[in-house]
Amino acid sequence: MVQLRQVRKSFNVGEPTEVEVLHGIDLSLSAGQFCAVMGPSGSGKSTLLNIVGLLDRPTQGLLSIGTEETTHLDDQALTRLRGRSIGFVFQYHHLIGAFSALENVMLPMLGLAGFPNAGMQARAEALIESVGLSRWKDSPADRLSGGQQQRVAVARALAMQPALLLADEPTGNLDTKSADAVFELLREVNRVHGTAVLFVTHNPALAARCDKTIEVVDGQVV
Amino acid sequence: MALARWQPFEWIVASRFLREGRLQTLFIIAGVAIGVAVIVFMSALLEGLQGNFVRRVLTASPHIQLLPPKEAVRVLHGSASGLADSTLHADQLQAPLQRLKSIDQWQAVLAQLRAMPDVRDASPMVSGSTLILRGSTSRSLSVQGVDSESYERIVNLAEKIVQGHSRLGATDVLIGTELAADLGVSVGDKLNISAATGASNTFQIAGILDLGNKGANQRTGYLALHSAQSLLGYPGGVTSIEVTVRDVYAAELIAQRITARTGVQADSWIKTNAQFFSAVQSQQTANTAIRFFVGLSVAFGIASVLIVSVVQRSKEIGILRAMGISRGQIMRVFLLQGGVLGLSGAALGSAIGAGALQLWLNYARNADGTPMFSVSLSPSLFLTALGLATLTGLLAALAPALRAARLDPVVAIRG
Repeated sequence: MVQLRQVRKSFNVGEPTEVEVLHGIDLSLSAGQFCAVMGPSGSGKSTLLNIVGLLDRPTQGLLSIGTEETTHLDDQALTRLRGRSIGFVFQYHHLIGAFSALENVMLPMLGLAGFPNAGMQARAEALIESVGLSRWKDSPADRLSGGQQQRVAVARALAMQPALLLADEPTGNLDTKSADAVFELLREVNRVHGTAVLFVTHNPALAARCDKTIEVVDGQVV
Repeated sequence: MALARWQPFEWIVASRFLREGRLQTLFIIAGVAIGVAVIVFMSALLEGLQGNFVRRVLTASPHIQLLPPKEAVRVLHGSASGLADSTLHADQLQAPLQRLKSIDQWQAVLAQLRAMPDVRDASPMVSGSTLILRGSTSRSLSVQGVDSESYERIVNLAEKIVQGHSRLGATDVLIGTELAADLGVSVGDKLNISAATGASNTFQIAGILDLGNKGANQRTGYLALHSAQSLLGYPGGVTSIEVTVRDVYAAELIAQRITARTGVQADSWIKTNAQFFSAVQSQQTANTAIRFFVGLSVAFGIASVLIVSVVQRSKEIGILRAMGISRGQIMRVFLLQGGVLGLSGAALGSAIGAGALQLWLNYARNADGTPMFSVSLSPSLFLTALGLATLTGLLAALAPALRAARLDPVVAIRG
């Protein structure tokens, strides 16, 4: 599903302040695998996730998503691949406040299709129902609780039926009960839809419940 | 709320962003509206004012007048003059007496004029000074002998008639209201008109005109062309050719072209009223400058609001990019916002401008209650305002839209 080969990432390349954050990462994630990524702050976990999520480019090395080798793709092609194949859940959910919960889930589909249609709405409603928020589907996103917003974010991440879901500390900002609920939701998505999940966390208890754990320390997988 | 099927993604996001920041949106629309209202109000007012001035200047005058050449001094050179060299200075020359002349081959010139696409019509005229005698009263009269049919297309005498009619038979005369009052005459009365040539004739008043000008109404009269030619001593000749053109503001250029083509001196109303026209042009220049700076402030207002919006929404832009929205789509979202702000502000501003004009028309009146001058609210003015404001909005949104499209999603999401 995801293959990284000797991926390096440096910032401020060519300048006196150049710093290499990832040092030759080799990583593979199979389809349907639920993998935790742990490591101290500043170890490069988020940078790794951004590269896997095609939000950033490696300075060196190769990255494949499915069968697509991404190094040679231009920004437009990367954006299209990201939109179709990868879903994101961030620590701070980042819903678009101008839209309702249902409309937030529709946004990725709307962006790709260009115009709303009945199929898009039906799928969004099904996803909202699957995260247990049908009653609040028309509520403005910023009026929901933290846990509810994170569940909407999970539903939105699944809108395009991605093969890969990237979750960057999605439970970091939630109370224990909500954190557990969101984690279980991700596990269910992985189980039911076969979506591969890369789950960044500081919580060893949650990491232990994943299929596999990767430890990133000082820009390397240990 | 269901998303309407006809609305594209960019429109949905743009309109929601504008609605979410509604106070900000309303303020900027109000700002644009005020600017557009000023432009609409000023433009319509100045257009009306200028139109009124031009109508008054041209009420009984042609746009261009062709005249015979002036008499020039012919200098005799050589030893017979008794001077050391043949150079003579201006103060040694005496200006010749300007004898009244006819335009050479005026029929051919008339045909040439009528063939020019810029010229609407041309009409021959014989004019000269005469004296009216009625009983023991005499008054001077500037007679204009015209070919009724073609002259009506130069100056619409029929519109100016207050009594009688404007058709001119061989023994008919038209005089102004002031002269008629002075002489105590009306339609049907007879006047004896005599010229400096010694010729005189009795004419019947066919109509009394209001030429819109007290002086003209006191001193101007119209005869049939042939009658005036006989009276003034121009058998078969004309002292001028009166011309109307399609674009009254291009009259000077057209006059120059006429002179180049026909060799006859052509004076436009612009040249004849140079001071007035210069004032009109200054007004137009000032108006254009004001419109430009108002437009600039509108553009900067929209741009600054959208720049702030891009900064405020950088996280949302990053999230949209993360979910597969392209740079082009992000750019169109912000361009649309600029266009909507421009268009909405222009629509509101046009309404305010029209309302202000209506108020002005209701209150700005002459002492007798009549409007000072007519102001027309042409649809083209509003359409132009709407189009230009929308374009200004789009252009103003370009920089913020580019900035939004170029945001690094990683940096934007991290904040």
